[in-house]
Amino acid sequence: MLGVKRSDLPLDKDAHSRFLPWLIAFMVFLAVLAIGGILVLNATASRWDQGIGGTLTVQIAATEDPLKDQNNLQEVLNVIAAQAGVERYLVIEEDRMMSLLEPWLGPDAKAGDLPLPKLIDVGLADEASFDMKGFTRQLQLRVPEATVDDHRVWLQRLVNLIRTVELIAISILVFIALATMGTVVFTTRTGLAVHKEAIEVLHLIGAQDSYIAGQFAGRAMMLGLKGGIIGLILGLPALMAVGYLARSLEDAALPDLAFGPLEWMIFAAIPVGVAFLAMTTARSTVLRSLGRML
Amino acid sequence: MLDGRRARVALSVLSASVGPRPVAFHPFHETQVPGLSKGNIARFENVGLRYGLGPEVLRDVTFSLDSGSFHFLVGESGAGKSSLLKLLYLALKPSRGLISLFGSDIATTPRPQLPALRRQIGVVFQEFRLLEHLSAFDNVALPLRVAGIKEADVNRHVTELLEWVGLKDHMKSRPPTLSGGQQQRVSIARAVIARPKLLLADEPTGNVDDRMALRLMHLFEELNRLGTTIVVATHNMALVDGLGYPILRLDAGKLTTVAGSGNKSAAREWRESRESAQEQARAQARARRERLRGETEEQDADPPGIENFL
Repeated sequence: MLGVKRSDLPLDKDAHSRFLPWLIAFMVFLAVLAIGGILVLNATASRWDQGIGGTLTVQIAATEDPLKDQNNLQEVLNVIAAQAGVERYLVIEEDRMMSLLEPWLGPDAKAGDLPLPKLIDVGLADEASFDMKGFTRQLQLRVPEATVDDHRVWLQRLVNLIRTVELIAISILVFIALATMGTVVFTTRTGLAVHKEAIEVLHLIGAQDSYIAGQFAGRAMMLGLKGGIIGLILGLPALMAVGYLARSLEDAALPDLAFGPLEWMIFAAIPVGVAFLAMTTARSTVLRSLGRML
Repeated sequence: MLDGRRARVALSVLSASVGPRPVAFHPFHETQVPGLSKGNIARFENVGLRYGLGPEVLRDVTFSLDSGSFHFLVGESGAGKSSLLKLLYLALKPSRGLISLFGSDIATTPRPQLPALRRQIGVVFQEFRLLEHLSAFDNVALPLRVAGIKEADVNRHVTELLEWVGLKDHMKSRPPTLSGGQQQRVSIARAVIARPKLLLADEPTGNVDDRMALRLMHLFEELNRLGTTIVVATHNMALVDGLGYPILRLDAGKLTTVAGSGNKSAAREWRESRESAQEQARAQARARRERLRGETEEQDADPPGIENFL
């Protein structure tokens, strides 16, 4: 810590390290976007899990005969009502169906023009213990036109997709960290070469390696912190802009970019983390290099 | 023997007629003066040194420095003087042989313990090697700061020492703005500030006039009287002869002369024997010339100084 307070090496005047905060800022900018993405995807995946999980949809295909449709619906509702584990069920109204279809068919379409299937939204008390196979068999037996739409299958695929994207974002984050370390290593090595003479004198005067390394580490920490703050200042508005555009679409399926206190703390920790990374990298680089001296 | 008054004289030698007379007492008066322990400060046994795969620049060097001794290290340039000093101040590892400093075998001393040994060695480098971005004050303060001395003590000691060497008005100056002599005083102050047991100087008189060189030597003598073991590498033979301390002579990487045990009388003895040998050689040469020229030739036709080439 002595080196942070007072430096024996003119590291703060090094031209070669002047670009370091900007490189780090760029890395942090990317890291902010990657972390923002990870947080949003994580929240979305769990929201979908909670929102759609625990429900299923029964669909009754329309026939030519409206009376048969009516009987079919009644029969299906009887089956659902008799099924153990069903918490609630709701027939989707025709108006609601039309409004869902409006983006595709236009406002002028009428229900009567199309053979619309009936949809019943079924809420389950406990998804894990629900006898899906028995329920499906029972339905098929009584009403051949009815099919059960289990959300769990496609939801699982969606969640898998999200987890994969998340994994990619995390590996991007790892690459960003490695690139930052590489930048710090090269800057430190340049510094070692530039100040070779002064370092040798310090060494011969009896300075411990940690004394010399501390000066580089302190400097790298300050540069890392500076770069981290710049990157955060640039990255957060970019993230907010994406969030604003997403909100204006008002689509429930799109990720929600509203961050809670935990998320804000994670963002605030980025510059600190980068400063720490730069400090330890510079320190180990100097120690490795000095280790070659007697 | 180790009183502050003596030390004050030592350091004021340099500032005499250059800077203001010292007003305070010696900055070392509170530090523990290392006792004149019996035995060797440094010991070399069959030391060889080569750079990479090149030829050995030092061969079978064996000698020891007694505690409190004063030696000159002489030899042609390229004879290995600087290499020998580098081995002594732990900038290089020998290719073979044994070096022990302050009783520690260098080869078996763990690397983290070497800085502690280095702190007992003060070095006046040939080119001073001051850190140009630091003020004179900060340069002199380095060995203390590196050793983790409290800043208040650093301040006091460095200020006093710089006053002693007559650089009170240049404490904030950076080396490039100082004259050669001033830079030299800064570098000497840096070498002695931490009160080393062993002081090594590589051509300390190379860049200064004779008067300054002599004053410098007097400073070293005073420090020696205070118990510091001193080795001065030089090729200023006038200085060597004038002061008469024992000599380590390097000749193409071999230590050819280890004269005396480091005290002045032994040195004088050695010098006298050397002088008589030279006188003998001169006489023989003269006799040879005379035989060649014959008795009719002018006897004193020799150009002055020709003896030096014989």
